[in-house]
Amino acid sequence: MRASRRYTIGIHVAAVVVSLIILAPFAWMALASVTEPADLITVPYHWVPKHVTFFRYREILHGNGDDVAGAFRQSIVNSAIVASGTVIISVTVGIFGAYAFAMLRFRFRKLTMMVFLTSYMLPPIALLVPLYLIMSSANLLDSKLGLIVVYCSYVTPFVLWILSNYFLTIPAELEEAARVDGCSRMGALFRVMLPVARPGLFATIMFAFLLAWDEFLYALIFTSTNNAKTIPVAIADFSGRYSTDFGLVAAGGLIASIPPVLLAIAFQKYVVGGLSSGAVKG
Amino acid sequence: MTATLAPPVTSPDAPPRPRRRRGRQGRLAALLLLPAAVVVFGVVLYPIVRTAIVSFFEVNSAAPVTTPFVGLRNYHDIVANHEFWATLERTLYFTVVSTGCELVLGMGLALLLNAPLRMRWLFRAIVILPWALPTVVNGAMWRGVLNVQYGSLNAALTQLHIIGSYHSWLGSPWGALNMVILADVWKTTPLVAFFLLTGLQSIPSEIYESARVDGAAALRMFRSITLPLLVPSISIVLILRTIDAFKVFDLVYVLTRGGPANGTQTIAYFTYVQAFSDQRFGYGSALADVIVACILVLSAVYLRALRRTEMSLM
Repeated sequence: MRASRRYTIGIHVAAVVVSLIILAPFAWMALASVTEPADLITVPYHWVPKHVTFFRYREILHGNGDDVAGAFRQSIVNSAIVASGTVIISVTVGIFGAYAFAMLRFRFRKLTMMVFLTSYMLPPIALLVPLYLIMSSANLLDSKLGLIVVYCSYVTPFVLWILSNYFLTIPAELEEAARVDGCSRMGALFRVMLPVARPGLFATIMFAFLLAWDEFLYALIFTSTNNAKTIPVAIADFSGRYSTDFGLVAAGGLIASIPPVLLAIAFQKYVVGGLSSGAVKG
Repeated sequence: MTATLAPPVTSPDAPPRPRRRRGRQGRLAALLLLPAAVVVFGVVLYPIVRTAIVSFFEVNSAAPVTTPFVGLRNYHDIVANHEFWATLERTLYFTVVSTGCELVLGMGLALLLNAPLRMRWLFRAIVILPWALPTVVNGAMWRGVLNVQYGSLNAALTQLHIIGSYHSWLGSPWGALNMVILADVWKTTPLVAFFLLTGLQSIPSEIYESARVDGAAALRMFRSITLPLLVPSISIVLILRTIDAFKVFDLVYVLTRGGPANGTQTIAYFTYVQAFSDQRFGYGSALADVIVACILVLSAVYLRALRRTEMSLM
């Protein structure tokens, strides 16, 4: 009894400590974003700002005339379009491919999966120069469509991998039963497999969205104007240009984090269930 | 349905049913995989080949006038460049240390995530936060935290009387490299933990119960039950993390720009500088191929190890 009580206290203390370590830099960034620039550089530092100011958020969200604020807003829209487009395409083609990997027996099944995974593991830097030249001749530089095409090429293998592992956890009898009842293979996929695989599908969508929202190197090289610059590029511009006011970088960074953070927290329970056995099949 | 209707004995040239069936499934599989293959290889294939070819030429501008064939000279220049070896060493250090820390801390965190905590949902929501944070934002955040003048780390440590005066965390090459590792570990440990948590939850609780009946201590149970059963999950995480860490670019770009004194220049960043800042596309392509080779070797080694653990990627 004593030991189990000590254990209970121990794990709760550990959880609080871990939470503090995780939240501390984040909380400071949030505080810095509402602290007056002059107060940010005082020594000794005052953690709680004397005057709370939201001028940076106003500037970013409503500022006009200053093209940086406008560029930032546009980059959010660009990121949203690029990430959604990437998710829609890669998950759609991924569903069919994952079904084939999980439910069909064919030659070179494992090898095919390996080839897909290898292309996911390729470093973007290795494809950058030729891709740049191709996109330039196809008029896809500095366009959202160009980014979507490139992003799909590395998000799709990941989708295939997670989703086919999830499909494998679904009892084969379920699919067989549907087909005995007169479903075609595709009917079984859409009427039986996908509804059952919903947790895995949500996890996949979330992973795909985060991969696309996070991407930096391609976006850095392939975009040059507000037409297609994504939010990571805008933040990098910000942090390079406004090294004098960290608060502005902090405010921009927080805004950029809202969509992925909300998505991750909302789908949190699917991350555990959805990776499910993912990977693991003894 | 024709395959199932035709009895294999009556038509001599028809292959036995199972194989025929397999062939039909193969055709369907090819059809279903075609869109994914187009989306992936349509983009990836040509650049791989092109990079390999360009690496044998001297290309020093985006619109070069002449591009002389130089054979293996770009590769020779790489091997002869001591900056390349220093970069490779740094990248390996970053990869090994950050992956190692993430694995150890992630294991602990996974056990904690799995423990019977009150308000476990809240703890899980907090832990997932760093992972959801965009890498570039993470870099910018740590650049602020570690800043000499206004960084919160200096402020906190001085006010707690741990350090006497403000320290320049990103000032020395070695220190800065370790700070890049810190930022990477802070962000990525949660992902590792969630991966391992998934593995933990697939271990049947009866095993623990019977071990407890036998009077096994907690540490003993972790060593003899949890760890062995988690080997597949650990291997997968190890592969994914090693390869990702080896490719690290965006964190370095935002946090340190490879400095000070190139002290945080990783191989991907080095390649970026050579190819795009210095416009040495041939040399850059050769470097890119060296990275690809390293990653292929890494994957092959790991996959071999994986096969020994009797698990596969699928």
